[in-house]
Amino acid sequence: MSVDYLHTHEILVNMGPQHPSTHGVLRLVVKTDGEWVTETQPYIGYLHRCAEKIGESVEYPQFVPYTDRLDYLGAINNNLCYCLAVERLAGIEVPERATYLRVIGAELNRIASHLISYGTFGMETGAFTPFFYGFRERETILSIFEKWFGARLTYHLCRIGGVMADITPEIAQDIRDFIKTMRAVWDDYNTLLSFNEIFVRRTADVGVIPPEMAIEYGLTGPCLRGSGVKWDLRKNDPYCFYDTFDFDIPVGEGLMGTVGDSWDRYWVRMREIIESTKIIEQALDRMPEGAIRAKVPKILKLPKGEVYVRCENPRGELGFYLVSDGGTKPYRLKIRAPSFCNLSITNAICKDCLLADVIVIVGSIDIVLGEVDR
Amino acid sequence: MRELIEYLLTHVPLLTKVPSIFVYAVFILIGAGVVLGYISVMVIIWVYLERKVAGHIQARYGPMRVGPHGILQTIADAIKLFMKEDIIIPTSHKVLFIIAPFLVFFGAFAPFVVLPYSESLYLSKMNVGVFYLLALTAFEVIGIIMAGWGSNNKWALYGGMRHAAQMICYELPMGISVLTVVVFTGSLTLHGITNAQGWLPWQWFISPLKSPFTFIAGFVFYIAGLAATKRVPFDLPEAESELVAGYHAEYSGMRFAFFFLAEYTAMYLVCAVTSLLFLGGWNGPLPRAQGWLGNLLGLINVLSKTYFLLFVMLWLRWTLPRLRIDQLLSTSLKYLLPISLGALLGAAIQSAIF
Repeated sequence: MSVDYLHTHEILVNMGPQHPSTHGVLRLVVKTDGEWVTETQPYIGYLHRCAEKIGESVEYPQFVPYTDRLDYLGAINNNLCYCLAVERLAGIEVPERATYLRVIGAELNRIASHLISYGTFGMETGAFTPFFYGFRERETILSIFEKWFGARLTYHLCRIGGVMADITPEIAQDIRDFIKTMRAVWDDYNTLLSFNEIFVRRTADVGVIPPEMAIEYGLTGPCLRGSGVKWDLRKNDPYCFYDTFDFDIPVGEGLMGTVGDSWDRYWVRMREIIESTKIIEQALDRMPEGAIRAKVPKILKLPKGEVYVRCENPRGELGFYLVSDGGTKPYRLKIRAPSFCNLSITNAICKDCLLADVIVIVGSIDIVLGEVDR
Repeated sequence: MRELIEYLLTHVPLLTKVPSIFVYAVFILIGAGVVLGYISVMVIIWVYLERKVAGHIQARYGPMRVGPHGILQTIADAIKLFMKEDIIIPTSHKVLFIIAPFLVFFGAFAPFVVLPYSESLYLSKMNVGVFYLLALTAFEVIGIIMAGWGSNNKWALYGGMRHAAQMICYELPMGISVLTVVVFTGSLTLHGITNAQGWLPWQWFISPLKSPFTFIAGFVFYIAGLAATKRVPFDLPEAESELVAGYHAEYSGMRFAFFFLAEYTAMYLVCAVTSLLFLGGWNGPLPRAQGWLGNLLGLINVLSKTYFLLFVMLWLRWTLPRLRIDQLLSTSLKYLLPISLGALLGAAIQSAIF
């Protein structure tokens, strides 16, 4: 009997923009043969807010709050990078205490961001509880931020020339307490999710990115380090005294499978939480007394010129390219968003895998759509 | 039930005057109503417990606002579901879409006919009880495929197909592990199997002292039961992070409530059947009594074992991640099926020799 007429179709499925695990409004068009995915094409732009154009039409200090809205989970890192760019072009000297405060803020924010990544990645593999555990510790960080400068999501901590508020001894003690708790519950996190047999089998050897490929696609941050490339701007292109701090750069070692699989990327983030606590502790110890803001003119005019400043934000290399024509507004502002570049690898690795793997891979890249679409 | 009706037919003079077929019909309806009410109350308690257990596992409280400690929350939710607009999406296959929830619910509800609650609290003492139970739980899958196909939604179709694959794989080890017990008891009635176990824990089939093979079969049955009721780590048909909501993505209001009710009913069924087959059912270390007191103690025994198994289900659900479809199928076909077959073989040899 001939079964030629029983041909099957490939199904084209629209994953998103409203889908529980696309981290916002990413749309993935997935071509599947049953459960088997043959092709994945991401479509972006649902959250485009003309951030760069806004940057060119408002004055330099006015754009700082807008940077909060790029990668809203790592807002202080964005503030910091933009302020560094403006300060470098204007030649503003930031007081030492302000720099340390910026480091503390940025690293706390990095921990908060990685905690969300931990929770959502657990959720994407089907475990609900890690999400609540991650949010519990993040809540402590947000309370500290609230006490410190009064905001919980869009912080606007870094101002051009310094920071918005100083920490009191009480807040410093809160931060130290938090570090102690974080280190203790970190082990619980790993027992609950990281070394869970099902979780390891779901994520190990899934979405392997070889180191060469990671560099070719311009990946940065935990995605690049997960592939075993030791590249962290905090050490490789230091800013804010990061070169003086003593911390390790975790890289993927293929502990559970191949180097560069989803588990490695996840594990790099988990270990970065601990490394960040080390940095915060050292910053708290070393912080000198003094002013927290440099004298910056009310109307800030930058000299003619251009500058590119890059920082390690929780997701990778965030860069601000600023061209000034001597006025109060930038002539051109270009933002290099890490999530945008990291997302570009989806086509290459989200194929010839199962439908559930696509979700794990996209989750392990850990994108924030606010940053992808800008 | 039959004994009760016959007793009434012979002893109540009023009933002897009407044709017995009407009496049977009325009593069947009453029995169905009682079971439905029992299930609804159980589901309401279970949903509340699930949310509370989940809350406490996840470092929060769960429902707290409706009533003291939120005990009325589930009732409020049920009322909300009843009041919602009944949406039948225009692009669906109307017939399949409409009857699917009822078929699923029927598959979960009908097995309660043979389920004893204690030694003399039961509806029917069917001689093929376990067989009937397994056959009807497999009925559910038809409804789910119909829901998946009728919704005209790709995610729903994925959910339906996943459930079909899952059911086919896990029915086998489930049935074989029941056979392992049947080999020892020589009876297919749930009464016969439960009465073959003594009232002390080491006389139950779950005890390795009674038989190491039924000990294995007990675990296989429970794991397969988890898969059959779509609980974590086998909740692929409705995998929220992958398939949005799976086969019931397009359902809302009452129709969704039927799926929901069916899922929790099936959970109760799996836990209750495991407690009857492997954990001694109404036999327990509580002092034994005759008459209604004995029935009450039996009911307490059955319910406490059932609730313990439920708690394990909740515990697993809020701790474990989900398996992938290939891992799900290989768990059943590569591990559970050979293990259960081996247990059956061992049980057959043991019962032949000893």
